Amino acid sequence: MPTIERKVVSLEKKAFSLDIKKYAMFIALIVIVLFFQVTTDKILLVPMNVSKLVMQNSYILILTIGMLPCILTGNIDLSVGSIVAVIGAVSGTMIISMHQPVWLAVCVCLLLGIAIGAWQGLWIAFVRVPSFIVTLAGMLIFRGLTMVILDGNTLGPYPASYQFVAQAFLPDIPGTEGHITTMLMAILLAAGFVFLEFRKRKQQIKYGIQVGGKIAFSFRLAAMAIIILFVSYWLTLFRGMPIILVLLGVLIIFYSFVTTKTVIGRHIYALGGNERATELSGVKTKWVKFAAYVNMGLMAAVAGLVFSARLNCAGPTAGNGFELDAIAACYIGGASATGGVGTVVGAIVGGLVMGVLNNGMSIMGIGIDWQQAIKGFVLLVAVAFDIYNQSKK
Amino acid sequence: MSRILLEMQDIVKEFPGVRALDHVNIQVAEKSIHALVGENGAGKSTLMKVLSGVYPYGTYEGSILYDGIECKFNNIRESETKGIVIIHQELALIPYLSIMENIFLGNEQAVRGVINWDKCRCEAMRLMEVVGLNERPETPVNKIGVGKQQLVEIAKALSKNVRLLILDEPTAALNDEDSAKLLDLILRLRKEREMTGIIISHKLNEVTKVADKITVIRDGATIETIDCHMQQITEERIIKGMVGREITNRYPRRENKAGEVRFEVKDWVVHSPEYRERLIVDHVSFQVRRGEVVGIAGLMGAGRTELAMSIFGRSYGAGISGRVFKDGKEIQVRSVSDAIENGIAYVTEDRKSQGLILIDSIRANITLPSLKALSRLGIVNENEEVKVCEEYFNKLVIKATDIHQLTGNLSGGNQQKVMLARWIYADPDVLILDEPTRGIDVGAKYEIYCIINELAESGKSVIVISSELPEVLGISDRVYVMNEGRFVGEVSGEEATSENIMHCIMQSNC
Repeated sequence: MPTIERKVVSLEKKAFSLDIKKYAMFIALIVIVLFFQVTTDKILLVPMNVSKLVMQNSYILILTIGMLPCILTGNIDLSVGSIVAVIGAVSGTMIISMHQPVWLAVCVCLLLGIAIGAWQGLWIAFVRVPSFIVTLAGMLIFRGLTMVILDGNTLGPYPASYQFVAQAFLPDIPGTEGHITTMLMAILLAAGFVFLEFRKRKQQIKYGIQVGGKIAFSFRLAAMAIIILFVSYWLTLFRGMPIILVLLGVLIIFYSFVTTKTVIGRHIYALGGNERATELSGVKTKWVKFAAYVNMGLMAAVAGLVFSARLNCAGPTAGNGFELDAIAACYIGGASATGGVGTVVGAIVGGLVMGVLNNGMSIMGIGIDWQQAIKGFVLLVAVAFDIYNQSKK
Repeated sequence: MSRILLEMQDIVKEFPGVRALDHVNIQVAEKSIHALVGENGAGKSTLMKVLSGVYPYGTYEGSILYDGIECKFNNIRESETKGIVIIHQELALIPYLSIMENIFLGNEQAVRGVINWDKCRCEAMRLMEVVGLNERPETPVNKIGVGKQQLVEIAKALSKNVRLLILDEPTAALNDEDSAKLLDLILRLRKEREMTGIIISHKLNEVTKVADKITVIRDGATIETIDCHMQQITEERIIKGMVGREITNRYPRRENKAGEVRFEVKDWVVHSPEYRERLIVDHVSFQVRRGEVVGIAGLMGAGRTELAMSIFGRSYGAGISGRVFKDGKEIQVRSVSDAIENGIAYVTEDRKSQGLILIDSIRANITLPSLKALSRLGIVNENEEVKVCEEYFNKLVIKATDIHQLTGNLSGGNQQKVMLARWIYADPDVLILDEPTRGIDVGAKYEIYCIINELAESGKSVIVISSELPEVLGISDRVYVMNEGRFVGEVSGEEATSENIMHCIMQSNC
């Protein structure tokens, strides 16, 4: 039999040329940032505002990370806004009304999130009720339960220890200045990144996989390290790194890893691409779907805790419309509504596009009415651009 | 000689990077059946899309003369008003609508937008009688078989006053009986309604039976047009034109070197998941030896796919009973992962809907069932994965730029090779192949037969399900004949002939 001679190309090299649309959104984000930087008289990128931007959007980004796996399986979750509210209501009732310790309330809330996710996953994966319907029902059920628990009242304020995650910054070593812990953390992160990249390259060379040139490689590493260090330095000019940014960073790295490098991640993508084929390849598709919703429940609980801590109160209307922001972030970030396509980093970029739009327009003094309309328009254009790009191939 | 109805001159159609049609010329005489043959990707379907206006005027070079007038179609509607109707390989019927609604879809029997159901029904009945479809016009299309759906398509074409009917692989999904009926119908329509037909087909025996002329297309160019009335046509003669060389042997030689019994199924019973009392597989027992290729022949709907799927981790059916043995020991296969762990693999009949993840790469498709073996603590070793995929990519000679290409962009033959690579890498002992060469051209078929031979050679047990009798006979050591859920015969060696198999089927029908 004849054989075809070809070069073995590394995955990264390939990914770079394939995912132009992923970079397109990233470029769009930079353009939007620059636009607002000019129109807001350079207020947008002031250290204090960057800090605020991160904190303001953290809970949406956490929901987005949870939403992406659901969307990858070809499903959706409309109930997350209501779950955020019910988690706030439970934590508020436990801590403020019943004077329970904070750690206990946090544990109960996280478990409750998992339980809610399992409940919805059960209906979606095993009873095969369409996710749109199950989570639409969930949206009503959990909003209703929130009002039952809170009896229509708003609870607050929370003790300081509860607010820590959402409002505090990395603590400094006593007696030092300039937020050394933040910079130390950044240096560690950059070093870790460089180390892992070097190891990966060595492995690829060992396997005989063709890797990119040394100059391009060094340039990429240097660029990444400089970005990490510079953003951290910028944050030290205000009050250091927000705790929530550390949490977000950990979640982004962890979920990027899970979706791209693990067996369960690959099963999620395969399931979204063709459910029957995946099933006939021996993948327990029902359990994969179930897991995606359990995870979504957990993420919604985390977001609920962060949101109530940031507002410092638990109210019956908390989290209204969050589900739509999270879903829009995924789509803007390149996820496909039919499943199987999308990345965690893409979804985060999508979330940031929305966040920067919100923040920038607020600074410019544009009302919430126009903000809504413009955000809707951006969603439409971003997805249309995606589809146009694909049909061009 | 009758006059020319259609003439396509010097048609050139280019897609980014490829020239799909390169100065194609074809003349179709009125009231004749003209066959287009060629390997997959030769450009037959593209040519028909140019003709019917799917690719509008201006996107191709060359001219189309129809009835002596030059045509510049901008869309399908314009070609249909001229009486040119194309029936695609994938039928364009709406499954939940009734037969009559489908027949008049886009051509509703309406006055000012309000449908006249009596007229609709009456007209539908008339057309259904012409094509010989014995169903109630209200029956939803998804409740009738593929053969009858094909008839609905033809009735639909007739309702548009078709003069030139183009059929793209009309019999690909039909069994021999339905195919024969369909071809008879086409011949009858030509005679009674003076219809002209263009038929694209891979089944050369059918082509030689119905066609007046055969045009061979290879690599986007017309190679030759054979007049079936002027000379004796053999299938070998056509194949030579299609592949540019003579294929002396359509099936690779194989020697039967079967060892001890490897896999055995006893008293296998499967019921329909929709109607629990209906038997789909009726007490079937069979065995496969080490290094043996066993064929399962039968008509469409005999229950072969259902048998295979129900054995493969109960992926089909309800109320399943029976016992499965491997190497003499009884095994339990309750799920697909059980089956895979026990060394059973099943390559599905329908690559697109049940086999491949079309939006994913060749790499991801090959390793999907084997990720466990490629990972540690749930983390996939991607370097190892790339290495493995490269190995199978080269071994099976999959034609693509590299292993990162999306499987949706591959041709049928290469998609099938990806499926085979997936399951060969999973390293099963028993490999069930369901219609492994459906919709694949002659050259790729031969390569797949060679792969099957090599697998048997290496001691694997292969079960091949195929609707093409010559194929089953050509590649198997032994053939089971299945009809209406039962095994009605077993032939091997000298007895293995098409006649004997059809005899088994006919006898069981009585």
